[in-house]
Amino acid sequence: MKYIDEYRDKEIVLMLAEEIKKASTKPIRLMEVCGGHTMSIQKYGIPYLLPKTVELISGPGCPVCVTSRSYIDRAVAYSRLEDVIITTYGDLIRVPGSTSSLDKEKAKGADIRIVYSILDALMIAKENRHKKIVFLGIGFETTAPSSAAGIIKAQMAGISNFYVYSAHKVMPPAMETLIDEGVLIDGYIGPGHVSTITGDGIYMNIPEKFGLGVVISGFEPVDLMQSILMLVKQFENNDPKVEIEYTRAVKPEGNIKAQEMLDEVFEYRDDWWRGLGVLKNSGLKIREKYAMYDAEEQIEVEVEELKEPKGCICGDILRGVNKPKDCKLFGTVCTPSNPVGSCMVSSEGSCAAYYLYNR
Amino acid sequence: MKNQFDTILLGHGSGGKLSHDLISELFAKHFDNDILRQQSDSAIIENPGNQLAFTTDSFVVDPIFFPGGDIGKLAIAGTVNDLAVSGAIPEYLSVGFIIEEGFGFKDLERIVITMADEAKKAGVKIVTGDTKVVDRGKCDKVFINSSGIGILDKKDTHIISGSRIKVGDQIIINGSIGDHGMAVMAARNELNITADISSDCACLHKMIGSAMEASSQIKFMRDATRGGLGTVIAELAKGKDFGIHIHEDQLIVNDGVRGICELLGFDPIYVANEGKVVMVVAAEDAQHVMKALKKHETGKNAAIIGEITGDHKGKAWLETQVGGKRIIEMLSGQQLPRIC
Repeated sequence: MKYIDEYRDKEIVLMLAEEIKKASTKPIRLMEVCGGHTMSIQKYGIPYLLPKTVELISGPGCPVCVTSRSYIDRAVAYSRLEDVIITTYGDLIRVPGSTSSLDKEKAKGADIRIVYSILDALMIAKENRHKKIVFLGIGFETTAPSSAAGIIKAQMAGISNFYVYSAHKVMPPAMETLIDEGVLIDGYIGPGHVSTITGDGIYMNIPEKFGLGVVISGFEPVDLMQSILMLVKQFENNDPKVEIEYTRAVKPEGNIKAQEMLDEVFEYRDDWWRGLGVLKNSGLKIREKYAMYDAEEQIEVEVEELKEPKGCICGDILRGVNKPKDCKLFGTVCTPSNPVGSCMVSSEGSCAAYYLYNR
Repeated sequence: MKNQFDTILLGHGSGGKLSHDLISELFAKHFDNDILRQQSDSAIIENPGNQLAFTTDSFVVDPIFFPGGDIGKLAIAGTVNDLAVSGAIPEYLSVGFIIEEGFGFKDLERIVITMADEAKKAGVKIVTGDTKVVDRGKCDKVFINSSGIGILDKKDTHIISGSRIKVGDQIIINGSIGDHGMAVMAARNELNITADISSDCACLHKMIGSAMEASSQIKFMRDATRGGLGTVIAELAKGKDFGIHIHEDQLIVNDGVRGICELLGFDPIYVANEGKVVMVVAAEDAQHVMKALKKHETGKNAAIIGEITGDHKGKAWLETQVGGKRIIEMLSGQQLPRIC
């Protein structure tokens, strides 16, 4: 398959492995921020190819995993309203809330529909004018522009029964907080898809303020090995900077049109991240002028009291302090078919990735 | 058939005249054979004085028609294959239909004709059956249950347990993986994808028969249906005194299947097949078996994909296409809803 096979070439991967081995003299801990990277690293068995000096840890870049239980609780509450249809990306429906989850509500008869794009949700809104269609807007800079586009489209088409419940978040505050909190990292494998939208400018603080390198990486094994090599070299030469490995998709300035759309519809707010707590200006709220599409503003609902599960260390795993295998619940009480914490739910969650590929 | 109705009515399941007409003019007509013709409550079959293999399976696939097959072909092939991978020769099948009120007669007839054709080609007899019709909305179009009986030679009873597997044995699969699951996925219109993918749904017993003639050293067989190749391999290794090593670069994944897997984030080793058997064969016989498989259309792309190892006991390892290594776990939860 063109544009993919080149990046899965065994010879190139093994050559890069050899170069990493030669370049790496002192122990280095690299965090892959993005859940897509975690999945790819586990799926291709990358850790097996690295020398003992290079350790990879998973970061907070799985949108489902960092979403708060109270978000799920509120979505559950919406789904219990007679006149509401919930539309959501598939990952979210199995995430446990305090006492229920969207798939449990679905089984009880709530109208919850899995969509692959916000445009499907808009279509459902058009076809069900007497119902309120709530789209669960989740994800980082990657998916937030499509939520913005959906809202703009709803306005243009005069659709008034469509609402977005935003849990959209932005990546840089989390990356900076982790270093600030003292998590031991020597460099970041930077998120590829986020950066296609934002460009590389958003990470400049990390080398300048914290002295850590960031290499924006693609998702194929050659990309990841190349990015690791670039980070190892930066580290060995004491030359931290922001570099783009994923040049076939990421431009330094990013996708300006998507950035404009984001800015048109959303504004920053402080937001709660699982494992990290409240981070300043890390969430995206729908602006006042689009408030008629904001589920939080328009649909009143009573939400149950928040309950956190005992023993779940998703928070520490998202901070890179612990690995999934350090959790007592991992693989025993908490499995993909019975997830306790959100990291076990999403296919990008580090617990799910470890469970499937590295148990 | 000549019928006055375009759709199935509740009355077709009532046990009265409509039921009788449906059975005689549709099911009995197409499935016809000496045993079924007796139209008794049970099929009476000769006991051949050997061991019997007995299996059952229910089919609820959505959509019921998909490229490469339909729910009827799936029911016949699925049941035949369950018998064949046990080492048995499939002989008799039962078929039970649960039909939603309002289901189109033409669609039902199309399914029945596929089943009759498939059974005839396979050389198995449908000897008993049942029909129920449920209220609209209580089932989705049509569900089929099928049971099957096969004759198992005493010398082959070990195959089902894999008790003779030894370090060094080779692992063979009869072709590409993931075709069925992705064909069904693409046939649902939710994705707006047009892909050139066809289900691999097929009866495998003749091919398996040739392989068993070519070698008495086939030590284990399993059809890699739901959960895919990965789940079969992980299950086989679990709790055993050996490990399994699979070479990803030996696996065949067709381009269309790969494309959709990439798009949706599925791993093809966990995607369902309906015409694939995984075999464990003694190393010295592996090439004989490969030769026998390749003589059949269903086995022309057969490949040796791995071996039984003395290390990593109880675990299955995949050497990835880039030279990395990872564990193959059983699929937990579902990659896809209602694929068979």
